[in-house]
Amino acid sequence: MFDFVGKRNFYYLLSLLVLIPGVISLLIPPTLKPGIEFSSGTTFTARFQNAVKEEDLRSELAKIGHPEARVQRTSENKFLIRTTELKGTAQAPDLGPAPAGERENLETALVDKFGNMIDAKGEVVNRFIEYASVSATVSREIGQKSAFAVVAAAIAILLYISWAFRSIPNPFRCGIAATIATMHDVVLLMGAYSIFGKVFNMEVNTMFITGLLTVIGFSVHDTIVVLDRIRENSQRYPDLPLHTCVNNSILQTLGRSINTSTTVVLAVVALLLIGGVTIRPFLVVMLIGVITGTYSSIFVASQILVTWEEGDVPRLFRRVLPKRAPAVSEG
Amino acid sequence: MHRRTDRILLVFIVVLTAFSLVTMWPSEPWRYLPKFIPWPEGQGIKIPFFKMNGATIEGSTLERRAMRLGLDLRGGTRLVLEADTSGQSDVDVNKALDNAINIIERRVNAFGVSESEIQRQGSNRIAVQLPGITASDAIKKIGKTALLEFREFQRDAEGNVAVYQNGEVTFVPNPSLEDAVWVPSRAIGSDGLEKELTGRYLTDAFPGSDAAGLPTVDFRFNSEGARLFEQISGRLIGQPLAFFLDGEPIRNKDGRIEAPTVQAVIKDKGQITGMNTSEVDYLVKLLRAGAMPVPLKVVQQEDVDATLGEDSVQKSVIAGEVAMLIIGLFMVLHYRLPGVLASLALFVYTTVVLAVFKLWPVTLTLAGIAAFVLSVGMAVDANILIFERMKEELRIGRSLVVAVEEGFARAWSSIRDSNVSTLITCAILFWFGDQFGASLVKGFALTLAVGVIISLFSAILVTRTFLRIVIGIPWARRAGLWGSDLPGRGAIAEREVSGVSTGGGR
Repeated sequence: MFDFVGKRNFYYLLSLLVLIPGVISLLIPPTLKPGIEFSSGTTFTARFQNAVKEEDLRSELAKIGHPEARVQRTSENKFLIRTTELKGTAQAPDLGPAPAGERENLETALVDKFGNMIDAKGEVVNRFIEYASVSATVSREIGQKSAFAVVAAAIAILLYISWAFRSIPNPFRCGIAATIATMHDVVLLMGAYSIFGKVFNMEVNTMFITGLLTVIGFSVHDTIVVLDRIRENSQRYPDLPLHTCVNNSILQTLGRSINTSTTVVLAVVALLLIGGVTIRPFLVVMLIGVITGTYSSIFVASQILVTWEEGDVPRLFRRVLPKRAPAVSEG
Repeated sequence: MHRRTDRILLVFIVVLTAFSLVTMWPSEPWRYLPKFIPWPEGQGIKIPFFKMNGATIEGSTLERRAMRLGLDLRGGTRLVLEADTSGQSDVDVNKALDNAINIIERRVNAFGVSESEIQRQGSNRIAVQLPGITASDAIKKIGKTALLEFREFQRDAEGNVAVYQNGEVTFVPNPSLEDAVWVPSRAIGSDGLEKELTGRYLTDAFPGSDAAGLPTVDFRFNSEGARLFEQISGRLIGQPLAFFLDGEPIRNKDGRIEAPTVQAVIKDKGQITGMNTSEVDYLVKLLRAGAMPVPLKVVQQEDVDATLGEDSVQKSVIAGEVAMLIIGLFMVLHYRLPGVLASLALFVYTTVVLAVFKLWPVTLTLAGIAAFVLSVGMAVDANILIFERMKEELRIGRSLVVAVEEGFARAWSSIRDSNVSTLITCAILFWFGDQFGASLVKGFALTLAVGVIISLFSAILVTRTFLRIVIGIPWARRAGLWGSDLPGRGAIAEREVSGVSTGGGR
């Protein structure tokens, strides 16, 4: 039988090695490239009938007052543009027609310069086919609430697991182990996105937060399956040491873990390859999250239970600090 | 054994699937399915039902033709408007926002937008969703503040009233209210300037009754409004005075322009007579709406072109179909006969979920489609958990019948606990989305939750019934059909249940 549990310190090391690049990237500002939902601003998609060069579009935007505009080609003659928040869209007077907002001015200017703008079917519409704008007050709130949602999800799940596993000794440890495994996945994903932001200009938006929360759900789902087996085995064979019990449980659930992850990964890859561009950031999060979620339930959550039971951490401290240890206990 | 119950359940599943399939079948199937087969067009579904209306029971029908799609899939505009209370410390934001919502609803209805949504969001915001409308149209129509005006006939020097008919303005002595040209009533204010009397000078409007006990609308002006109204009413005795909201005359329930004749000089308070109670309530609501203007500004805006959405729907549905085929193939190759049953269960699951989405109706968004695919993954996971458990039972020499039952019994606790944790995440996501009106996130959470709940039903009922029925068929008991890595030689012996100990510390 393969001894998963005996190599736990190796897995911790592996996790650390995978986490370190992301954490370093998170420490170097800009931590994460915020999307408009988190930093305010406007994004829009313009599709031109004629060939337009990215740099021409950029210089034209700078000329009409948006030197900060970021232009990204998404497909043939279709561009995703991000600027600071475009104003003047809502200050309509009490009577009479509303004056053209900054958006309309921009549309007119780009059509004058580059020719007709078209929709997805190729019809001339001369307006942006996708447009989103978020003001600073709203983006601040979204940021706070996102952080709150992630923390709330973690706490709710910690409490739920502690309750669901109340029949085994130290149920709280299960909750903590699952939470650490989940945080492992969250940090890894944020690190990955920090790197993506720096390399591919990938932005963090509400879709990313949705993906992150889904991964939390999935990771816990996966951890519970392994913990459930540990719960069952510890009840069936109460005399077995936890070390062996956890190892058996991992071996027994391994087939299921791999097969489930494979099916979800297959589904996500299919969506990634064929589905729309809009949910791509979400799907990338899901793809990484499913893999790390499966890994963390086997190699982090379950191992922490053993580490805790066998007192690895105090032992490590005693080994590293042999002389100071008594002084600490005296103080 | 449960032979009889299983057969009844199977019939139930078949009927449910057939019903769901008819319900969810798309009206344009060729967009999502291979074109070389002439698929029948979906006709939607009509479900007659009875509802209590007071003491009588009357028939009604629930009709659904198409899935309800979110803005990202069908195109349209979403706006978040914030009440701008700067410099107006005495404004009751709560009341002002409720009124603003009434006004926006009225304007949107005038637009004729179907399935629009107008919601209060947080303490000082309103979220508006308008399918199929471009942003500039939407903002022009709803972005401005409601304006109540008092208008009178436009008259020439001889006192004849201007009438607009067939594109020409003529002057006649006694026009109909409909044809007359109405101009805002003006008077000299306390600062010596001529100004229009508008709703900003109203302090309140409420239902009342006159000396004869007939319902009236009573209203009050502030001092400046009273000064203006005194001059105007004095000038207009014996003439009609109309109320205009956003440039449109206020009409009573019969559709006639509401233009009472001025009876006397009025200062700070006035009374409008000649209406029934419901008309009074309606006018009071409108007057209050006009009387409580609160400037709204757009703090968040999103709009998607309809053509882009159409493209996304097709792509996502096809991606979903491919994903399902791959999952089915994987299950069949890996688990053999149980895999075939799981794929069938997956088919049942998909049709039921889509039918529920259509009937509820759940607004489908791109994120919702992703959630649906994820819930498929979780539904499959339940099957995988059960099959892996069954295999374990078979390996230690249990009979097929026992292995199926034990596989279910033992997998259940992990299926239950893991799905509950997903539902908890869904609840938090829903709250998160609700906080700032992100229909994308809310749609995702709702779709995932519906999917997870139905996947529990599918694992427990559908897969189990299929397995129980199949193990009753002799040829299906061949070991080779139950998993590639079993040490099976020929048929797995079906031992009597009573002869097998459930074993292992139980």
